[in-house]
Order: sequence, then C-alpha cells, then structure tokens
Amino acid sequence: MKKLINKTEDVVREGLQGMSDAHPDIIKVHYDPHFIYRADAPVSHKVAVISGGGSGHEPLHGGFVGKGMLDAACPGEIFTSPTPDQMLEAAKAVHGGVGVLNIVKNYSGDIMNFELAAELAASEGIPVANVLIDDDIAVKDSLHTQGRRGVGTTVIAEKICGAAAESGYDLRQTAELCHRINQNGRSIGVALSSCIVPARGVPTFELGDNEMEVGIGIHGEPGRERLPMAAADAIVEKMASAIIEDGAYRRPLREWDETNRCWIEREFTREPFKSGDPVLALVNSMGGTTLLELYIVYRKLAEICGKKGLKIVRRIVGSYITSLEMQGCSITLVKMDEELIRLWDAPVRTLALKWGL
Amino acid sequence: MGNEITKEHIVDWLRVMANEIERSEEYLTQLDAAIGDAEHGLSMNRGFKKVISQLDAIKEKDIGSILKSVGTTLMSSVGGASGVLFGTLFIKAGGEVSGKDVLGLADMSAALKAGMLGVIERGRAQLGDKTMVDALAPAVETISRAAERGANMIEALREAATAAEQGMKATTGLIAKKGRASYLGERSIGHQDPGATSIWLIFKALYTAVSH
Repeated sequence: MKKLINKTEDVVREGLQGMSDAHPDIIKVHYDPHFIYRADAPVSHKVAVISGGGSGHEPLHGGFVGKGMLDAACPGEIFTSPTPDQMLEAAKAVHGGVGVLNIVKNYSGDIMNFELAAELAASEGIPVANVLIDDDIAVKDSLHTQGRRGVGTTVIAEKICGAAAESGYDLRQTAELCHRINQNGRSIGVALSSCIVPARGVPTFELGDNEMEVGIGIHGEPGRERLPMAAADAIVEKMASAIIEDGAYRRPLREWDETNRCWIEREFTREPFKSGDPVLALVNSMGGTTLLELYIVYRKLAEICGKKGLKIVRRIVGSYITSLEMQGCSITLVKMDEELIRLWDAPVRTLALKWGL
Repeated sequence: MGNEITKEHIVDWLRVMANEIERSEEYLTQLDAAIGDAEHGLSMNRGFKKVISQLDAIKEKDIGSILKSVGTTLMSSVGGASGVLFGTLFIKAGGEVSGKDVLGLADMSAALKAGMLGVIERGRAQLGDKTMVDALAPAVETISRAAERGANMIEALREAATAAEQGMKATTGLIAKKGRASYLGERSIGHQDPGATSIWLIFKALYTAVSH
C-alpha cells in the first residue's frame, strides 16, 4: 500500500485539519467528537441540514458543507458510520431554532446511529427529521436485505435541500422535498479496481486485470455481476440501461414521528423513468478514474438518454462520492421539475460545489 | 457469595473481554472481510481499548453505572452498527441494575434480557437473520431458565457461554438478512457471523471472570 498518510489511525483527523486550514472562510471543524460545520453557523430561523457517514468518500459529506448546502457533516472512521454523540453535538452547534434534517444513506450503521441521534436531539427539544436515501439499483432483492444502498442521489439531495432550507422551507417541507428527490433518483456503479482501506493495507476485493464489477457499492461491496472488461461505450450502455429500465420500487422507510415521538414506517414508491422526463445526470468518479474518462462516459450517457427521450437539463461530472482510490465510476439520474431545477441552480458555496456566490 | 456477581467480577469481566477481543482482532476482521466490510475486529478492539483506558475512573461506581458507562464508550468509539448495538446491550443492561453492587442470577438474567431487547429493537433483527442476536438470544434464554430453576451462578454462566457458542456456530449455515452481509444473499452461507462471534467472546469472558 502506497498512500500519502502518516499513521493509519490519524488519517481522518489529519484530513479534517487540512480541510479547515485550507478553507477557513467556508468551514470550521470541531474535534472529539468530530464534525465539520458552516463557518457562519448557526443560521437563525433556517432549517439545519446535516449529513454524515464513513470517511473515504470525499468530497462527500464534508466537502458539501457551506452556504446553500449542508450546515454540518459528521465523518466516521474510514467506511464506518459516525456515532450519535457526533451527530447530537453537530445538531446543537448548527440548530437555528427551526429544526434539523438528517440526510442518511441506507446502511445499517448509518441508520442506527442517526436514529439514536435523532432521539437524543428530540429529547433536547430540537425538532428533527431523518430521511433515507436508497438509490442504488444494483441491489435487487429488497424484502430480505437491508434494501438499496444510498449513493449518488445523496449529493443531489444535499444540494437541493440545502437550497430549500436557505430559501425558507420549513422542516416538514425540506424533509418531504428530500423524500421526493430520493424517489426520483437512481444510481449504479462499476469498479475497475479495488480500494485499499488504510488500516487494512490490502485491497478490499480481488479483481483481475481483465475484469470489472458491475453494481459495486461505495465500500467495495459486491455488485450484480463480474464481467470481462469492455470498452467504455459498452459499459455505459449497460449502466444506463439498468437505470432507465429499472421498474417501480416499493418499500417501507422509517421516519421519526415528531408528535408521538416514535419511529413509524411509511410506504414509498420510486416510479420508473419515462420518455420526456427532464433529468439531472451525475457522472461520478469512484476516486481513481480520470476526468477525461468521465467525459467519455458522459458523452455516451447523453447519447443514450437522448435516444430514450430523457432530456438532461442539468449535469455534473467529477469526483463527488468516491470510494478511496477505487477505479471506476457511477452514474446517477434524478428526475427533475421546475422547483428542483430552481433549487439546484440556487447559489452554493462549499469546498466541492460552488456557483452563484 | 458463590452465587453472586460482584462489582469486582464485573470489572474483571471487562478486562477479560477486552483481552479476548484484542486477541481475536484479526480473526474477527477476517470473518467480517468475508461477508462485510472488514472492520469488525479493528472497531471492536478500538472500543474495548477505550473502555479499559477509562476503567479506573468508573470501577468504584455501582454495577449499573459501570455497564452504562461501558455502553456509552462503545457507542462513541466503535462506530458503525456494532457501536450502537454493543453499546445498547450494555446501556440497557446497566439500566436494569441501577444502583446495585451485587447481582444474583435473576438480576443478571433481567439485565441481559433488557440488553437483548434493546439490541433487537434498535437493529430490528430476528433470530435466524445471521446477526449477533443468534448468539445472544440462546445465551440470554439459558440464563433466564437457569434463574427460574434457581441454578448455580457459575454453572448457569458456563451453559450460557456454550449456548452462545452454539448459536454463533449455527450462523455459518444462515443467509444474512441484515447489514452489509445481506447484499450477498446466498453467498453469505458458509461464513460465521462476526457479531455473533463477539457475543460469544463476551459470554466466554463472563464465565471466565466469575468462575476464576
């Protein structure tokens, strides 16, 4: 393993130190418990939007903290969920008096820690909503598993909900918006090589020189199938078809009932894309793939969307939700509407997304 | 005295437990690498090291407070699902025996049952889902039955450790329905669950500490 690190146990902390040293105008970092928060937090009378998850996916989530996006991000150890004490302290630090929205990716550790944190925040009088993102269509059977994983749509939800909170949406409205973005979004990833978790020092999985893993998770979880390596166009064709042809997806998701102070299940259905839908496209590097390759992917994706009648109205191409140094990419399509486009275009100033400010 | 668990036993238990987890770090991580994300041993060892570093500060408190403090430490230092679940186990168990300096078998049974129910409520796992519950539930059930028939403490803890071990071994044949292992579906068969393995280590340590 060759990495630009010092001691493996210091990776997360030293990374955070560098982030705050480099961008003091945008973020501050609190240590023990660790969280990254907006330099001007708390913003009074604004819903605070918080996310978090294991480290190793940078810029997610810390790189999306700033005006117009997240108020705080809680980084865990590499690929390990952050803990309730981090989330509670972050909530207290950024709460502007009108509630906290936690955007949570669908992994058992993230869910349990954020649920406990929500209960703790509620008991301290902070109104709270947790919304799950579960957009990874590579996971097929939902009834007897943890369900679909949360991946690329998380980035889009954080941007749009951040903009909504900034423009005065209340907690309920921001949470419902987040649900809608999740129902509108689908993603799939492909790995060309494994990642190496620093504390382990060896590749998480073995992948031959002539193989790729289609449907890879952002922690190196196995995907749908292992196939021989192919040309970019063929890979994109496979990924885009899987997303565009994915059927309706119905499942219950848990949410916090503020009135009765308990968790309740609510049914949601993700409807399939249909011809004529306006979409936002995210072409994302898993960490080790070049921007040049990502544009080759985008070129083919745009062509396929055009043929299928999907109109790409907004797009981002780059490294947004990575898996350490893994080679490969993910594609996310989110069905848009006027409200979502307006909020997407709203000003944002974070480490990784900046426009209009 | 032979039929009671003292505060000193609890402190010994934590030391033996931390020792077992440390010795098994690589083993637990390897089990996790097969069906999860290869961090269970690393994370558990990080958490129990923290528990031991704070032990001197809490060892004079009552058993309930000691267990709750251990749970809080695990929750904030292990991370992931394991941190919440193992933390909940100790916090809920501690809550059941608040203020006590000595535990009879019935107290221990009530504490462990409260801990287990907390784990099930938080993790929403059922018996047979290939999780820590598959080792925890038989161990708790064994202690509960022993308490009902007024069994000897050491005998009951030995049987509980055996029940946890059997439950742990039986996870090998199960399909994972919770956590990251569930993504593997049938490919998870043939691998022992790392969380259930940690539960076995905890019950083995309890027997060792109390029978010592």
